[in-house]
Amino acid sequence: MAFWRSKKNQDDEVPQSKSTASNDAGNEIRPVDVQTTASQSGATSTEGSSKSSGPQSKSGSGGLFSKMRGALSKTRQALNTDIRDLFKAEGRLVDDKFLKELFSRLIRTDMGVASAEAIRDDVAQRLRARVVSLEEVLETITEQTQSMLIQESTGLQYAESGPTVILVVGVNGSGKTTSIGKLAHHLHQSGQKVVLGAGDTFRAAAVEQLTVWAGRIGCEIVTGKPEADPASVAYQTVDRALSIDADVAIIDTAGRLQTQTNLMQQLEKIRRVVEKKIDTAPHEVLLVLDATAGQNAISQARGFSDAAGCTGIVLAKLDGSAKGGVILPIREQFQLPVKFVGLGESIDDIAAFDAAAFAKALFAP
Amino acid sequence: MFESLSDGLQSAFKSLSGKGKLTESNMREGLDIVQTAMLEADVSYQVVQDFMAHVSERALGKRVLLSLRPHEELVSIVHSELISILGPVDPSLHLKKEGPTIIMLCGLQGSGKTTTCGKLAQLLKEENIKPLLVAADLQRPAAIDQLHVIGKQLGVPVYSDKENKNPVKVCQAGVEKAKAEDARVVILDTAGRLAIDKELMAELQRIDKRVGPDQVYLVVDGMTGQDAVNSAGAFNEALELDGVVMTKLDGDARGGALLSVKHVTGVPIKFIGTGEHFDALEPFRPEGMAGRILQMGDMVAAAREAHRIVDEKEREELEAKMASGDFTLDDFKSMMEKVAKPGLMGKMMGLMPGMGQFKDVLESDEAAGGIRQTIGAINSMTMAERKNPKEIDAQRRTRIAKGAGVQTPVVSQLIKQFEVMKPLMQGMAGKGAGDRMKMMQQLQSSGAMNDPNMQGMKMKKGSGKRLSPSERAKQKREREKLVRKMKRNRK
Ligand SMILES: Nc1nc2c(ncn2[C@@H]2O[C@H](COP(=O)(O)OP(=O)(O)OP(=O)(O)O)[C@@H](O)[C@H]2O)c(=O)[nH]1
Ligand SMILES: Nc1nc2c(ncn2[C@@H]2O[C@H](COP(=O)(O)OP(=O)(O)OP(=O)(O)O)[C@@H](O)[C@H]2O)c(=O)[nH]1
Ligand SMILES: [Mg+2]
Ligand SMILES: [Mg+2]
Repeated sequence: MAFWRSKKNQDDEVPQSKSTASNDAGNEIRPVDVQTTASQSGATSTEGSSKSSGPQSKSGSGGLFSKMRGALSKTRQALNTDIRDLFKAEGRLVDDKFLKELFSRLIRTDMGVASAEAIRDDVAQRLRARVVSLEEVLETITEQTQSMLIQESTGLQYAESGPTVILVVGVNGSGKTTSIGKLAHHLHQSGQKVVLGAGDTFRAAAVEQLTVWAGRIGCEIVTGKPEADPASVAYQTVDRALSIDADVAIIDTAGRLQTQTNLMQQLEKIRRVVEKKIDTAPHEVLLVLDATAGQNAISQARGFSDAAGCTGIVLAKLDGSAKGGVILPIREQFQLPVKFVGLGESIDDIAAFDAAAFAKALFAP
Repeated sequence: MFESLSDGLQSAFKSLSGKGKLTESNMREGLDIVQTAMLEADVSYQVVQDFMAHVSERALGKRVLLSLRPHEELVSIVHSELISILGPVDPSLHLKKEGPTIIMLCGLQGSGKTTTCGKLAQLLKEENIKPLLVAADLQRPAAIDQLHVIGKQLGVPVYSDKENKNPVKVCQAGVEKAKAEDARVVILDTAGRLAIDKELMAELQRIDKRVGPDQVYLVVDGMTGQDAVNSAGAFNEALELDGVVMTKLDGDARGGALLSVKHVTGVPIKFIGTGEHFDALEPFRPEGMAGRILQMGDMVAAAREAHRIVDEKEREELEAKMASGDFTLDDFKSMMEKVAKPGLMGKMMGLMPGMGQFKDVLESDEAAGGIRQTIGAINSMTMAERKNPKEIDAQRRTRIAKGAGVQTPVVSQLIKQFEVMKPLMQGMAGKGAGDRMKMMQQLQSSGAMNDPNMQGMKMKKGSGKRLSPSERAKQKREREKLVRKMKRNRK
């Protein structure tokens, strides 16, 4: 399972129980080609858009983390979150004006008022009335953020024996189905036998969408009839996984808002049904959050955790100009680790979450 | 954090007794609270700054209306300012008389474009206008199928060409087909894209240039955060938008991004999406949105209503009585009578000095019943007794209880409670909210509030301990239960 780990950690890698992948294959999450976006700008958009699907990625080369970093750095210009412009060459006096400017930069990451205040106050406490160097403050903030995000494990939790069942939940359009496609692909590539379950029987062509992904990956998919009970599709998916001796079953669900109590109860039912088949399942319940989301993501984390017992987060669409800072308060309040980040719409555009890289990207130039 | 903006403002203006002018210094704390509320609603930082500057300019030197308290005055300024920024409304699709009107929907991935195509088609169908949907998303897996399913559900034709990989050509062909079939409206469903994706933005510009849509709408997810200024700005720059649709407002998102979008694009907000079904598209109403962003619900209206019931003069008299210690059980009764009407209690309490925190509990029917008993007990007292409850001995207590049809301890408790309350109320009138809070806590721990009648009135005592998520959830559930009950009672 090397591929979920950072390049720099590969040396001290802990063996994973379930890995069937060679390290080489694992590292294949590394993109195949290099940065195509800019070079194609002249071309008319027939095939050649950077969005073209297929097993190509538009992220830069390098290991997992540099991939995440590379993707995040694309937006730095556009976003103007460079804390460094707060400082003149000789350093600046840390006063109210300084702190206000700092606050505004923090808020722009979507971390929310409380987190931004905490960080600002910490800076004030440590550095008020001092003339500081850029590095000093950057270090402070990055460190603090990183420590907020430190998590024991970002890897998937696997079943001790038999298929690992992963349930994927989230609000409408957050990126569930796409994230499943990408995740399944990487598991498949690392040699695991994957079954997908098309548990979104509600949205128009949701089943077809996941079927396309299954086709790209070359894995099995279990589908029900349109309007079928999603719990029965989930049941059949686990059933299928057991009978073909699959390593992983990933179940898609229809998007729903955390305020829709009936639909949230449906998630509870799906859980129960899955549990009936394998009593330790689901082994992971991944909440897919849209990185462009603001403070409502907190309510999402609360609502979905209550109903579905989330075990981790996939932060999708982190390739845009949004920073996804809302995971800071979420991490604090719900102890939910971010496991993966989505970095695009292509099959390889997924990476393991790395707190250090994320913290750096939030504030880096 | 405050439960709502108005609670926060109320405490921010604790030092102001009721009238006067809004000044820079007395508004500062209130403005900070408004700012926090807006940031928490996901309004972009810069937009909040501009807005605050605007509001304080408007509010400065403004005399607080006799009928309003300073925080209400500020809320009403903020509210009306928001409404004016979010407006004016323009739900028209501006259909042309001749030839098909082309509407293009664009936006970030997953914002709700395809669904909104269906909703607009439904809207047109209801007016007997024939639309044609064009599947111009050639990127997302099964996007074309998705639009076809929607077309089928609605009985609306869909143009697509799975062989063609060029969305410009697909759109052009779609428009031709609309002309041939005499469709009055063509709706282009474009692929979701990132505003920083230069190439895909250029593709959108090519569609814009070659197909020439009459109306270009940006579809924005209601849950969007700070990035809204960047993305909406980029789409507007590339395309010159004609309108905005904000989706997914059926949940609990505050939707502050809409203010950011409006700020950077300046184009009218056309519709809001309030569900996944095709009829869940509503014409935009700035009033509703302003209340939602500020999370003050119908606070402004409630304040007005409450003002109708107790006029300012009466309230001042009451406060004066409390301050001088002349407050009798009779005054207490008339105060209770005013608020005993279900539903009114909370609103009223919001207006009483320091009583805002009782709002929820007072709206329960236990509390209402308790208040009825209290009023009954006071009613069976003589005027002298009401003035000087100290003279009520055991014998009188029994008589009063009998007259009111309550147990004797109810009367004892009432008297004890009043004796403890009176000096506290005296202190409370004119004091700040912080002091009031302390006094209320004192009052509670004195046992005066342990009266069975007043059980509903137990106040949330801050223990300084942070609640765990599950404890908080429990608290929230209890509150919600109370609110539901209250609503039932009102019916
Ligand atoms: N740029 C970018 N786009 C993404 C990413 N993940 C998903 N998307 C796009 O976001 C849109 C919605 O993704 P879906 O996977 O359909 O989202 P969903 O949560 O399954 O949606 P519903 O099932 O309708 O609730 C699609 O256009 C995806 O291609 C990502 O990491 N980056
Ligand atoms: N609750 C709710 N869901 C909505 C609303 N509008 C759209 N959705 C849902 O949001 C999800 C995404 O909607 P789509 O219409 O597929 O979004 P899109 O912008 O076309 O997505 P891409 O084409 O992938 O960029 C779907 O699950 C829709 O059912 C709304 O107003 N309320
Ligand atoms: Mg989906
Ligand atoms: Mg679409």
